[in-house]
Amino acid sequence: MNCAPVVDNRLSIEKSDAGRRGLWCKNPLRAKAAIPANLRRKAAPRLPELSEFDVVRHYTRLSRLNFSVDTHFYPLGSCTMKYNPRFYEDAAALEGFAALHPLAHDNCAQGTLELIHDLSARLTELCGLDAITLQPAAGAHSEFTGLLLAKAYFENKGETRTEIICPDSAHGTNPATASMMGFNTVNIASKPDGRLDVEELKKHIGPKTAVLMLTMPNTLGIFESNIEAIAKAVHDAGALFYMDGANLNALIGMVKPGDFGVDMMHLNFHKTFSTPHGGGGPGAGAIVCGKHLAPFLPVPLVKKSGSGYVSDFGDKRSIGKVKAFFGNTGVLVRAYAYMLAHSTKELGEIAACAIINANYVRSLLKDLYPSYSSEYCMHECVLTPGPDLTAKGIKTLDVAKGLLDRGFHAPTIYFPNIVHEAIMIEPTETESKETLDEFVAAMKDIHAQGMAAPQTLKDAPVTQPVKRLDEVQAARQPNLRW
Amino acid sequence: MPKPEEARYTKTHEWIHPGAEIAVGISDHAQHEMGDVVFVELPKVGQKLEKEKPCAVVESVKSAFDIYSPVSGEVTAINDAVTGEPALLNQSPLDKGWMFKIKPANPSEADTLMDWNAYQEFVKQSAH
Repeated sequence: MNCAPVVDNRLSIEKSDAGRRGLWCKNPLRAKAAIPANLRRKAAPRLPELSEFDVVRHYTRLSRLNFSVDTHFYPLGSCTMKYNPRFYEDAAALEGFAALHPLAHDNCAQGTLELIHDLSARLTELCGLDAITLQPAAGAHSEFTGLLLAKAYFENKGETRTEIICPDSAHGTNPATASMMGFNTVNIASKPDGRLDVEELKKHIGPKTAVLMLTMPNTLGIFESNIEAIAKAVHDAGALFYMDGANLNALIGMVKPGDFGVDMMHLNFHKTFSTPHGGGGPGAGAIVCGKHLAPFLPVPLVKKSGSGYVSDFGDKRSIGKVKAFFGNTGVLVRAYAYMLAHSTKELGEIAACAIINANYVRSLLKDLYPSYSSEYCMHECVLTPGPDLTAKGIKTLDVAKGLLDRGFHAPTIYFPNIVHEAIMIEPTETESKETLDEFVAAMKDIHAQGMAAPQTLKDAPVTQPVKRLDEVQAARQPNLRW
Repeated sequence: MPKPEEARYTKTHEWIHPGAEIAVGISDHAQHEMGDVVFVELPKVGQKLEKEKPCAVVESVKSAFDIYSPVSGEVTAINDAVTGEPALLNQSPLDKGWMFKIKPANPSEADTLMDWNAYQEFVKQSAH
């Protein structure tokens, strides 16, 4: 008898059985009468007809197919899939924060206002800058807010600047934000060592340049060691220096970006301050900036007044709101709890752990998977399949699929796209040496499989609920509805 | 449409077929590197293009790529077949997979691009 488990991939509607119900409405006619005739639908909706037990079993089964950072190592480069302690959830669930009405008068919201005020002060200090908004809903929304500030700043000075410079090692959101704001993006090629070419920057920067958006460390996991020369070139042209701070978990507590000439930067709370990864939200971001940009920040801000705190609708030059009320304050509570739990020195040690973990993986794998750069990396490393695997026809995609069979989430692949066949690994600071050793062993095992029997690796994954998916057909002929 | 050796090439891997109207596409090397193309966005007929500025998008299973205009000029024709069937860029990059045609503002601009031998050398160099 064949006892192999049957994978049931049916949708709930495919399991539907006419007339089966989980709940019975006692008096459907009365419910119907409550809805005006012209608003009632003509035909009954096509909903799955299932019992409560059917539904419980369906979703429990789906949840067990879920692959998450709570179950497995998830080295997704550029995404910082780290462990966020549950304690911060408790803080956010405190009734005083969770049950506060957004329209509550300042007098009734003193705790939340104090938290926003103190979190603002701590973050501006950590970044070495002067002012901050916590309103944006995410990193990319922060970028958009930052460019709104830049636009307002130049309008206020009576200058028209139409260009944003982005190196090719930037996060993709940078040129996307510039386009959304109606700026022209000027792309600059990196030097062979993966850094911004200062001479090339000087050639492209000028009176038309509004902002240089620099991802730091960049997507190759490399620190821009020419940062002061870059800042000088930007300021000499009268432009603003924007730092994409999404990778701040590699720098936090060790350097203050304001010290090397950054005019403004954004923070991603889920990457640096241990708040949940969105999965649709809510998220939170911030723009931290210098004094010269402070008058344009979104309102309200929070200021101290006597013994308490008040909403500050301050400056008439403000760009206005970018999000309702004070933003997603539940996320801010978690970030604040994280900052209270760690001193600045400890935050620096956390960044050091992120860097050490990435270099540990890189140094153990670089002989089999050549690293983009021979230098030490920051919080993530970019590897590639070596010439031996390439000669066997093995691509980065095959290596990624091979990891699925070994119980790991695949790293980010084919990004950054300036690296041929990139494999971008970000172990994060919260992984143990044992986990990293297991991952390295899996990568070595994949190398051995690829050399000995390349076709078997091309067939991976073989242990998952579905086999190798046809990504081409899925993209060319997407089947988006049942 | 040109044979590979008749086309001229940019450093960003577009090919052109010089003439009164310049046909533009992506090189065989480029389509190979991108992998299976799943989406193509073309400029509009009549649109003014500037040399080396992004003017079209090609998306593959791996990533999205900007296509840079090899010369300055005005778009005179687009190949609608490739938006309906993006795989043409993989199957026939220099023939059925052509993307658009430009009336060049300055016909001598096309002469500054790499010829077949120079492009092959360029591809070889950038592999290291």
